[in-house]
Amino acid sequence: MELLLVVIIGLLYAAGIYMMLRRSLLKLIIGLILLGNGANMLIFLLGRIVKGKPPIIDASESILSGIYADPVPQALILTAIVISFGLQSFAIILIKRAYKVVKTDDLDEMNATDEDL
Amino acid sequence: MLLSVLSGFILAASLPLIGKYLKEKWAILFSLLPLSLFIYFLSFQPDISDDKNLLFSYNWVPSIGVDFNFHLDGLSLLFTLLITGIGSLVFIYTAAYLKGHPYLDRFYGYLAMFMSSMLGLVLSDNIITLFIFWELTSISSFFLIGFNNDSEASRKSSLLALGVTGFGGLFLLAGMVVLGYVGGSYSILELMNATDLIQSHPLFVSILVLVFIGAFTKSAQFPFHFWLPGAMKAPTPVSTYLHSATMVKAGIYLLARFTPVLGAHEYWNSTLIIVGCITMVYAGIHAIFRLDLKGILAYSTISALGILVFLIGLGTDDALLAAAVFILVHALYKATLFLVTGIIDHETGTRDVSKLSGLNKVMLPVGIAAGLAALSNAGIPPSFGFVGKDLIYEATLHIGDWAYLLTGAAVITNICLLFAGFLAGFKPFLGKLPVTYENVHLPSPLLYVPPLILASLGILFGILPLLVDDSLIKPVVAAMLNTSSDFFHLQLWHGWSTVLLLSSITIGGGVGLYFILNPSEGLLTKATRFEPISPLSITGKITGLFHGISQGYTSVIQNGYLRYYVITILVFLSFLLGYKIFQGIDLYLNVATLSEITIYEVIVLGIMAVSIVYTVFTKSRLVAVASMGVIGYCICLVFLFYSAPDLAMTQFSIDTLTVILFVLVLYNLPKYLKLSDTGSRVRDGLLALIFGGLISLLTLEVLNEPLEREISAYYAETAYKLAKGKNVVNVILVDFRGSDTMVEIIVLAIAAIGVFSLLKLRLKSIEKE
Amino acid sequence: MKTIIFKTASSYLLPLLLLFAIFILLRGHYLPGGGFVGGLIAAIAFVLHSFANGIERTRGIIKFHPGFLMPIGLSIALCSGLAPLLVGSPFMTGLWYHNPIPVIGMIGTALIFDIGVFLVVIGVVLTIIFTISETI
Repeated sequence: MELLLVVIIGLLYAAGIYMMLRRSLLKLIIGLILLGNGANMLIFLLGRIVKGKPPIIDASESILSGIYADPVPQALILTAIVISFGLQSFAIILIKRAYKVVKTDDLDEMNATDEDL
Repeated sequence: MLLSVLSGFILAASLPLIGKYLKEKWAILFSLLPLSLFIYFLSFQPDISDDKNLLFSYNWVPSIGVDFNFHLDGLSLLFTLLITGIGSLVFIYTAAYLKGHPYLDRFYGYLAMFMSSMLGLVLSDNIITLFIFWELTSISSFFLIGFNNDSEASRKSSLLALGVTGFGGLFLLAGMVVLGYVGGSYSILELMNATDLIQSHPLFVSILVLVFIGAFTKSAQFPFHFWLPGAMKAPTPVSTYLHSATMVKAGIYLLARFTPVLGAHEYWNSTLIIVGCITMVYAGIHAIFRLDLKGILAYSTISALGILVFLIGLGTDDALLAAAVFILVHALYKATLFLVTGIIDHETGTRDVSKLSGLNKVMLPVGIAAGLAALSNAGIPPSFGFVGKDLIYEATLHIGDWAYLLTGAAVITNICLLFAGFLAGFKPFLGKLPVTYENVHLPSPLLYVPPLILASLGILFGILPLLVDDSLIKPVVAAMLNTSSDFFHLQLWHGWSTVLLLSSITIGGGVGLYFILNPSEGLLTKATRFEPISPLSITGKITGLFHGISQGYTSVIQNGYLRYYVITILVFLSFLLGYKIFQGIDLYLNVATLSEITIYEVIVLGIMAVSIVYTVFTKSRLVAVASMGVIGYCICLVFLFYSAPDLAMTQFSIDTLTVILFVLVLYNLPKYLKLSDTGSRVRDGLLALIFGGLISLLTLEVLNEPLEREISAYYAETAYKLAKGKNVVNVILVDFRGSDTMVEIIVLAIAAIGVFSLLKLRLKSIEKE
Repeated sequence: MKTIIFKTASSYLLPLLLLFAIFILLRGHYLPGGGFVGGLIAAIAFVLHSFANGIERTRGIIKFHPGFLMPIGLSIALCSGLAPLLVGSPFMTGLWYHNPIPVIGMIGTALIFDIGVFLVVIGVVLTIIFTISETI
């Protein structure tokens, strides 16, 4: 199963990077989101995947024992997911705003400095 | 003592508060500062002539041996008196010269800063503090030269001056550090006792080179002389103060100060003699052909500095005595001539020497000051200059092998200097007054009294050398020789001798030249024919080259296209990763450790793969957003399969919100255009696939490594015991790493505020269009 | 989207979802859930309501600008971190009231901190979504 996940992660990275290299701003943001997803999956996989044993202590016990899913990458990813929402919404509004001002979505045409606007 | 050194900085810092009130009418009050400092330092004079060493210590950074140790001896005293004395006169002069200037207070601030830096420089015993003050003089002079900051020439020359002196300063710092390392101390007084150790050390030559470059750049020695004529763009008080009397002499001070440490060595002497000689002759000849009064004075100053370097290089008792006297002589007459030039410029509006004549009829006191200065400059008895010139010839005649050559060079230089002095001191005032200048009137006494004082001192010291020899000059020589001696007395009349003959030749030659050579445009053009090979234009070309190269590579690397940055980074990373993976690491996979594959997982991942392909290749924005949503939900399922319920919930909600967000904005967003051509798409696709593949390989590699679970184990054990929580992920978030979460929600809030302000606050100018 | 069914359903869904969000928040310390997820669910509840009834109506229910939830939440979180300082422990030490309270369970600074997170997340999401749908 890990093998399939590895392939998917590679695919997410490749797709993210390909989208980031496009000239359209919207594609750039989609690329960013894909890349973020890929990174989350990567961290998750590197923490080793375990089935059916979430990092939650049983009601009857006081420590996690035996095989359990690693809580640290999960905490990291949880934070990353929430932060990425902030990033995405800000980025989306930024392009919307930029599009309104510059009337273009082409990154190459946004090269002008402030003075030229 | 510390207060006296730093007072200028204090004044400069307090200007924003008090400057407003003073600059209108009470600007003259600023001169109280240098005046009181002058009196303060004069009060040390009896101690100094009694051969006392005055040392004032203040701790600054004792841990690395950097302290404010101020050491006052003859050499320092002469310089402090020059700095504060001429400083007072310049401060007074400025009050009238820049009267009503909107930034007069600022000007005084810079001047005061400069004065303090200079004082610190000549008083420091610690060579690191000496360097710091050295740099401060460069910086404050940068502001002073560029004071007329709306003129481009002014800005350019101040940058040039800062560049050259700053460049030298770096060498000086290196020199000081090496010297401190070799000599085992940063104190000049202690270094003096380690002369043998230093001079026999293999690093001695590098110390010499470094210190020389520092001194030569500051004192405008060939080939670093070119910044000084440019620096004359500064207001005249600055030229007077910095470029004749004080700052350019800092290099001379440095050489004189280190004479007892580094001097009396073959390399020291020969380098200084050669550089000094070239400078004095080269600049002297240049001075003849200038038309601009300030240009003449600038080149004659460079020439005079050359003489000083040359004399220090000779290093004999005679030569050092001559140097000590000449420092004083030169400061007196050159400052006078500069001040006079300023008055002429102020009143007539021109500094072109070929247009000026007969000004005696309208401004006699100025003419008298100029004439007296020119006499001293020419070395005509009974001026102090005559005493100085005699000593110079005395020194060169007794040097030995090269006596004739060096004396010849000195004579030529002095003829040129005399001519330059006459041009600046006599030519504008004698002869017929042109009609245009008939209604020029005598300026305020604040302007002409300072030069008059300086010029009279030049004559007074000549008639009565007693006034200065024991009290000022002797301690200077003693400081330079590091011994106390009294072997001489300054005299005006030495009797009939070769020296007198040489003086007469000089005077005769100079006066002759004055009558033969008439400054004109033609001569200037001839002289500037050699401009392309002068150090100035060579430096200009080198600087231009730097600009060109940096512009070139900046436009290649910083090309402004985001994706090329990304591509550069990715290509580099891919190479690095690929090299590492295919070099030392053998790829294998322990299949036994992998978890088994179930059908529904395969389906989920399959859907994900299809959605990824859709997201990339679709032509519709909506499809792209929808498939992105699908990817998100698939990831959510993966989290759910592999025991991460918290993640699954979060991913689910965030994914929902992201899709909502996109849908809300989608139709206000640009169309999903295909902008790039097939070639670049294939290139990007290949790059992306390579990088993705490398990431996969890397992941496999990492999966083979054993996992360190210490941190997780700690959390797993203590989550309930310490934090009373059973959901370990949540406990980490709100308890163990609570501070991180705190920062995270702050970041979230900032993002929300950013969105809010981007949308709600109108970009005024753009919105109106 | 403004069908009758959706409208009617959403006005019942809102309190239910909010209740669920609070439930998720409170159980977070023992079972999957917590401030982040709870906040997101509550925000989704409001967004759903605004889709069905229009933003004005939803605004009317909340009564104040959702942006104010951010500073409130931040200060709650900060206070819960600062509270241990009063009893002499370092910043962010967990303090607990030792007797479990029915329904809620254990009360402690960590829970208060989580409530802060919950409020900030609601504030952030609603500010973003509301601002966008108002201006577009």
